[in-house]
Amino acid sequence: MNTQKTLLEGFRVLDLTNEKGLLASRILADMGAEVIKVEKPGGDEARRIGPFYKDQVDPGKSLFWFAVCLNKKSITLDITKKEGQEILKRLSLRADFLFESSPPGYMAALGLGYDELRQINQRLIYVSISPFGQSGPYRHFKGPDIVVWALSGFLTLCGNPERPPVRFSFPQAYFMACGEAAIGAMLAHHYRVSTGEGQWVDTAAQHVCTWPTMDARSLWEMFHKDQERAGSHRWRTMPGGVLRMRLLYPCRDGYVQLYIWGGKMGEASNKALQAWMEEEGLDISALEGTGWPLGDIAQITPEKYEKIVDLASRFVAQHTKEELYEGALQRGIMLSLVSTIEDICHNRQLNERGFWVDVQHEELSETIPYPGPWAKLTETPLNRWERAPRIGEHNNQIYLDELKMSPAEIEHLTRLGVI
Amino acid sequence: MDGQGDRKMIFSDLKVADFCWVGVGPIVGRILAEFDATVIRVESATRPDPLRTMPPFKDNKPGLNRSVFYTGPNCNKRSLALDLNNPKAREVAKKLIAWADIMGESFGPGVMEKWGLGYAEVKKINPNIIYYSTCMQGQTGPHRNFRGFGLHMAGLSGLYHILGWPDLEPVGPYGAYSDFIAWLWMRALVLAALDYKRRTGKGQYIDLSQLEATMHFLGPLLLEYHVNRRDTPRMGNTDKYSCPHGVFPCLGKENWIAIAVENEEEWKGFCEALGNPPWCQDPKFATFPSRKAHERELNQRIEEWTRRFEAFYLMGHFQIHGVGAGVVLKPSQAFHDPQLNQRPARVILDHAEIGPHGYPTTGTNFSKMSSRFWRSAPLLGEDAQWVLKEVLKLPEKEIADLVAANALK
Repeated sequence: MNTQKTLLEGFRVLDLTNEKGLLASRILADMGAEVIKVEKPGGDEARRIGPFYKDQVDPGKSLFWFAVCLNKKSITLDITKKEGQEILKRLSLRADFLFESSPPGYMAALGLGYDELRQINQRLIYVSISPFGQSGPYRHFKGPDIVVWALSGFLTLCGNPERPPVRFSFPQAYFMACGEAAIGAMLAHHYRVSTGEGQWVDTAAQHVCTWPTMDARSLWEMFHKDQERAGSHRWRTMPGGVLRMRLLYPCRDGYVQLYIWGGKMGEASNKALQAWMEEEGLDISALEGTGWPLGDIAQITPEKYEKIVDLASRFVAQHTKEELYEGALQRGIMLSLVSTIEDICHNRQLNERGFWVDVQHEELSETIPYPGPWAKLTETPLNRWERAPRIGEHNNQIYLDELKMSPAEIEHLTRLGVI
Repeated sequence: MDGQGDRKMIFSDLKVADFCWVGVGPIVGRILAEFDATVIRVESATRPDPLRTMPPFKDNKPGLNRSVFYTGPNCNKRSLALDLNNPKAREVAKKLIAWADIMGESFGPGVMEKWGLGYAEVKKINPNIIYYSTCMQGQTGPHRNFRGFGLHMAGLSGLYHILGWPDLEPVGPYGAYSDFIAWLWMRALVLAALDYKRRTGKGQYIDLSQLEATMHFLGPLLLEYHVNRRDTPRMGNTDKYSCPHGVFPCLGKENWIAIAVENEEEWKGFCEALGNPPWCQDPKFATFPSRKAHERELNQRIEEWTRRFEAFYLMGHFQIHGVGAGVVLKPSQAFHDPQLNQRPARVILDHAEIGPHGYPTTGTNFSKMSSRFWRSAPLLGEDAQWVLKEVLKLPEKEIADLVAANALK
């Protein structure tokens, strides 16, 4: 019996991605794979992305890089040079996965496309992450985050009606794509297990980002109605009419989300909310005749719904977000607070679950708390959390120890700017 | 891509007991069902999947088999209705668990334990099963019993905080947004755990907190707080590294185009696309920091120009000039997007009560295999006979007893 303790022990991944794809192989790295980031000499462009450690703009201090290259190794290699391409081919020989996120056609033009590399290693799983996919009319379109969200149909759903649609202030589209690409890699691995063959995995960010539009698409299909953005409200087409559902309620020191809903879950939450309001002496007569506690939400009319919302807003406005959240937790009310980044970094649940892990940065003489295990597993816990590599930190291990290059050869390649 | 490979189905022999409900859990199991695993959804009319009770409903008439919200995560699956409060139904559940290679659940913590179906019990029935649990905040910790949906976790995680205009309240992302993050991580784990089990024979228990999974999409912002003590606020459509960057109005009502200029070469292309009007040459727009300093004025100039053109025309026009630009598609327009249709991003399946409608496909295409969509989401309890007879091989008499005991509902 094998004695491995991580899910993907023994698998090797070559990571040739740019900032769009770096999270994909990190997911495999967290699960125990050996991921080698191939950087251009002088360091990857993604190291220029902030925020930076103590605001010091330096390729060794990018917090973006720290977060997405955790648990990886790094070698430097210029794959635009012939010598670099030869070395990459040698590395591909014993790689299980390769991830890249260049514009479609770029890798093939370097002689490093899937068709070339599978001649060297037919078991290789070659994962491409791109804005729109490797084929189709938009394949050569540029797809920065906001454009991907626009063309996925998601952007139109977000924002205040009196202003343009609005996106996340911290890019999210390619993180979604990275998650999907990691899944694609694992699915292809299952195919490899049964056939011995690798394949080309083609993840498209636009396609992935249609998922959160799922129910807006259904609305069109069912009623030929386009969902419109409604600020922090949401439109819901109900048998009793179109509800403008309120999700966000201002409280004394910020916002909370309260979901007034029906069904068994909603009913229990509504009753608990009512009890709390009554304890505090609020006049709840407005609830009469609304169908409260809404065992059958499908029948509510917009007028009745508004009455309930008015009452709830008055209640919420009297409290702080922490009071409301703690109270909701104790009483089983479907209410959460809207965290700032500061709030969530002090969240009690995350602290007590051991979510934050201290990662040693000896190069900064510092220990930094990172978001750690994203799941708890009984047999193969996610417990390796090693800082992102320095530029070319593992050149010796890979070039000297593994590829058995001579120091003279390495010096030569360094002089040529290949390593 | 080959496109021609032999269409082997990787999970043809895989058996899945899917006790999940709502979004994340069922979507995890769907990827196994897409590659031919036998996935049996265990659900109940006495405690219906909330998605079955949520709109949009076919013809706007509520009904447990009429919600299109429910169908997307559940195609290719079989449905067995079991009232798990009934001891006879729990016996059936245990038989199903003994049959399965992998099982999942997504109730609140403690619910499966209450029914005697927690991991400790299940391990006695099936020692090497993979058992995945997904809930809002994990199986342990002081907030484990939090009740809510993905929209709450989008708020709690900080995603609401970073979406909206700085001078207005946060608007947050549309929908149960963090669901769409959580299932990505869980699918990756489940697929890796299946491979681990194949190699070692060992199953295990997986506890995924939707909150924790979501937090990894905010990683750099969390580090920034821990290191620099700085909270990142929402900033509308501006970007730290691109300018111009935003959504601009086009000809007509509610027609918009998203544009991002990421470097100086693209800025040159952008100016050319506009026909190099004199203001483009103004030194205050000559460099990125300077454009950023005059962003409001720049955006006004751009708006004045984009307003005169049709959005789809502008997309092609900017892209030809090497600038990232895309129409802000409405849901109705996304159905006609040639790129999404080329993937394709949805397939049509015919549902007995709802009729033919679309199902979203996974955002990855493969050169040697593809998902197979063979069946729309099941009606509640539709496959009881098939599961009990063909899968669990129960004798007729026993099935009749279950019916008589009201266990199958």
